Amino acid sequence: MIYFDNSATTQVNPAALDTYNKVSKEIWGNPSSLHKLGDRSHQLLEASRKQIADLLGVKPYEIFFTSSGSESDNWALKGTALAKKEFGNHIITSSVEHAAVSNSVRALEDLGFRVTVLPVDKDGRVNPADLKAALDHETILVSIMGVNNEVGSIQPIKEISEILEDYPNVTFHVDNVQALGKNIWSEVFTPRVDFMSLSSHKFHAPRGVGILYKKAGKMIKPLIDGGGQEKALRSSTENLPAIAATAKAMRLYLEDEKQNAKQESQVREKIMTYLKDKPGIHIFSQDNDKFAPSILCFALEGIRGETLVHTLEDKGIFTSTTSACSSRSGVEGSTLSAMKVDDSIATGAIRLSFDPSNTVEEADKFIEIFDDIYQHFAEINHLK
Amino acid sequence: MQYTEVMVRYGELSTKGKNRKDFIGRLAGNITKLLNDFPQVEIHPKHDRMHIVLNGAPFEEIDQRLKRVFGIQTYSPTIKVEKNLDAIKKASLELMQATFEDGMTFKVNTRRSDHDFEYDTNQLNSIIGDYLFANMDNLKVQMKKPDLVLRIEVRNDAIYISNQLLKGAGGMPVGTAGKAIMMLSGGIDSPVASYLALKRGVDIEMVHFFSPPYTTDKALAKAKELTGILANYSGKINFIAVPFAEIQEQIKEKLPEGYLMTIQRRFMLQLADRIREMRGGLAIFNGESVGQVASQTLESMVAINDVTSTPVLRPVATMDKTEIIKLAEDIGTFDLSIEPFEDCCTIFAPPRPKTKPKLDEARKLEDRLDVEGLIQRAIDGIEITPIYPNQKFMDDQAQIDMDLL
Repeated sequence: MIYFDNSATTQVNPAALDTYNKVSKEIWGNPSSLHKLGDRSHQLLEASRKQIADLLGVKPYEIFFTSSGSESDNWALKGTALAKKEFGNHIITSSVEHAAVSNSVRALEDLGFRVTVLPVDKDGRVNPADLKAALDHETILVSIMGVNNEVGSIQPIKEISEILEDYPNVTFHVDNVQALGKNIWSEVFTPRVDFMSLSSHKFHAPRGVGILYKKAGKMIKPLIDGGGQEKALRSSTENLPAIAATAKAMRLYLEDEKQNAKQESQVREKIMTYLKDKPGIHIFSQDNDKFAPSILCFALEGIRGETLVHTLEDKGIFTSTTSACSSRSGVEGSTLSAMKVDDSIATGAIRLSFDPSNTVEEADKFIEIFDDIYQHFAEINHLK
Repeated sequence: MQYTEVMVRYGELSTKGKNRKDFIGRLAGNITKLLNDFPQVEIHPKHDRMHIVLNGAPFEEIDQRLKRVFGIQTYSPTIKVEKNLDAIKKASLELMQATFEDGMTFKVNTRRSDHDFEYDTNQLNSIIGDYLFANMDNLKVQMKKPDLVLRIEVRNDAIYISNQLLKGAGGMPVGTAGKAIMMLSGGIDSPVASYLALKRGVDIEMVHFFSPPYTTDKALAKAKELTGILANYSGKINFIAVPFAEIQEQIKEKLPEGYLMTIQRRFMLQLADRIREMRGGLAIFNGESVGQVASQTLESMVAINDVTSTPVLRPVATMDKTEIIKLAEDIGTFDLSIEPFEDCCTIFAPPRPKTKPKLDEARKLEDRLDVEGLIQRAIDGIEITPIYPNQKFMDDQAQIDMDLL
């Protein structure tokens, strides 16, 4: 089996799973309990928070645990909008955000907030000048992702941060669910970023943990009220086994970040070199430092992405159409359509997403298998 | 580059005339205990300074510990080399390269006790100075107050080279002033008072009052761990935990609210004094600061101190809270001190304690209780724990759980 769908989810690291099991079995007290079982859980919770904060270069009290990347996005956007509605009602986002952001923005629009959706260029990247032009005295929130989940382009978070230096009252959220561990962290997480979302299962932790970085002092309203966990901003009994496993998986994932990113890059480069200049093949990702090394999106003209995914699956290769979350819902609202890719081609797009566990040998194997498929379809569709 | 020995210069004890020998002996003993996990280290106390021969022990680790030894004014890590010019050059260059930062000034300072050595002081100064100058970039010579002084001592057995003068903790060797009891609560002030007592050479034993179930194991563990931090400055400290709940309950039940605090304090001091007698101490130290809280007004001190004629010493009596906090941060007790666990001073604190209690009234009220019985039962219940430098009590389990991350 060759698993090239790591942007959808990753396999749990056995060491992290081990932590999950041990914590479930042995440290099962409620962190809020006063007795020593609770105390032990509380200490592990805070140690996990500190480890994650240290790995991200922030303060422990700036790290909040949620249930998923989607929840982190929802909370950052809706929580900020609610907290700041007296100061303005304008929100700016891009046309290539993950649905957790774009649909949250849409929900806020229904509540009366004014929304600007920034266009992107042919690489799926927003133009900072567009952002600057869109800012006005009503703007309270800007949400732009770090790495696009469909084609892998890195958004100009640095330039946007510079622009926003002049707008200190505008809250800046970055969805970095696809950006961790790709050796591009300084590109996507600047001191100007106020909120930032991460998801555990994208870096080999078990599912069920989202992280929201909230810069010290930034206002947010809770979406989940209750027993007052997470400084009364995100109630719910903490999912300690998964949180501890997340802290561990993140440490292991970032240990060899440089080497890992290089390996992903090599896999991508190998496949991209093969795909280049093949008649009927359109590549949307690029082999340069403006793209995360982990994602390669391309289309084979005349063949639906879905068909290609299943054909590859039959040969033991697991990929996806552009975004696993929406892969059953067509191309409408996708990054490719925002990139003005013709619908007839966009429907043929598939996404390969790599991980440090993928090897150059797997890339060779993929090329060998894909070439058979390509020759077959190329003939049928008269591509040559 | 490896330092071969550390040269220690004594502090205030240099002025202590005939007691000097005892003081030096005590300092040597304290350092020996502190370094006992480095069996290869040899300690040679001399009249004017002490040589700690490392025999391969890492200076970095020794350095961390020496910093906290009272009675040391300054110390210098030193390299011992053979008596030839090449060896001096090589060691001097290594030393300078290890400590030099861009823009620093330096000079060479040679001393000779072996006057048969082939080069004299001035020759060595200029030869080594020239050599360093030629082999390092951006080095500047300055005779007055240079950043680095390279000291070359030509002695009969060998040549000793050093270029750092590290500041010691000052004060007097712990134990030279005798033994005393320290009343340690777990707050910010009493650990600072403990540190100051140790600094004057007092060998202290901690007395801590605890009141289960009103106070938690955590409060007790916190006081013990604070003692562990303070033990860095003295070696092992005995920690004496005194059960106090029965006394507090009796006072609460039988006496008027306004005097709860005063009478509790009188009991504490009586217990501390009793323990002092048992343990052979000469004085009692505590962390009181004049006027800081109701029990620390001069009137309260009169009403409380009445129970004993033993000297009760208060090292932080005249310090401001901010000064105490600064010192607590410096000695490493602050972060732990502010952990919020109720101690026995707060649980039975009356809402409106008398800030000006009357001595006669306090005596009269106390007579209503079975003072002797209460004190005896508390004394019977004491637990003595020896606590070693940096010993942890708060989160043993948490340390283990860290492995899961």
